[in-house]
Amino acid sequence: MVDISQIGYRHPPHSVDVERGKLLFFARTIGETHPMCVDEEAARAAGLPGLAAPPTYAFSLELDQPKPFAVLEALGVRLDRILHGTQRFIYHAPICAGDRITLQTVVEDIYEKKGGAMGFIVMRTTATNQHGEIAVEMTKTVVVRQSRSGQRGVK
Amino acid sequence: MNATVHSRRYAAGDRVALLQIAPISRATLALFAGASNDHNPMHIDLDVARAAGMDDVFAQGMLPMAYLGRVLTNAFGLRSLREFGVRFAAITHVRDRLECTAEVLSVADHAAGQRLDLKLTVINPRGEAVLIGDAVVEIELQQVNT
Repeated sequence: MVDISQIGYRHPPHSVDVERGKLLFFARTIGETHPMCVDEEAARAAGLPGLAAPPTYAFSLELDQPKPFAVLEALGVRLDRILHGTQRFIYHAPICAGDRITLQTVVEDIYEKKGGAMGFIVMRTTATNQHGEIAVEMTKTVVVRQSRSGQRGVK
Repeated sequence: MNATVHSRRYAAGDRVALLQIAPISRATLALFAGASNDHNPMHIDLDVARAAGMDDVFAQGMLPMAYLGRVLTNAFGLRSLREFGVRFAAITHVRDRLECTAEVLSVADHAAGQRLDLKLTVINPRGEAVLIGDAVVEIELQQVNT
């Protein structure tokens, strides 16, 4: 089972550059057409320094590192047993091309359900820009399926 | 802050948006893996999915969430968004046609506009909820210099 003594674990931060081409690729892939996300002039006219990231892009910045699941590995979780349970974004400032975003993750809670058959890890990640402003806060719940014969966690 | 200016007032119960997504293809899953930095092979490599006991690859959970994000930016503008959360309720399969909706749960007056609590859903062709979510947006109702 996931070790509840890890509640409060603070993972070392990582920083990532927000690239214009990657923002456009993301927007095109999901079909996002908001002018601030795809038209540099529109973004600048709105007072932004460059193209804006679509609403869920901060999660992709979190994954943009050599070991995207390093936090879970640090907790000793088997990656073939995890499911993404919930995801939440709280927006404070736009993330734009040219920003350098630092992501810091803290383990907020760990608990079990169904007599230990399912473990839940709640993590909060702050995305802070190069000006020291928190741009986006993210909270996610990762579900860990415990091994039991005859049980299939993924439907 | 330049929020999108709205000409209409919203009321609780309003259905504000409906977005129908073309059937999910393997190409979309591959592109989204690259675009979103989610390189988990379960979503793009049939051999890996089968070895894990699945019949086929399936969509990244963040893909339908990204579609819901489009509903929000399209209806309310990017800068109006304050909070956006989902619970991943079911897997999205290849060839599924998804339908995203947003409905106003409650409305409060806010500065020169309204603060809306929204209920969000993504439904698959079998009528199952893939995502169940909520969002908070703050919209301006009067014309300002933008």
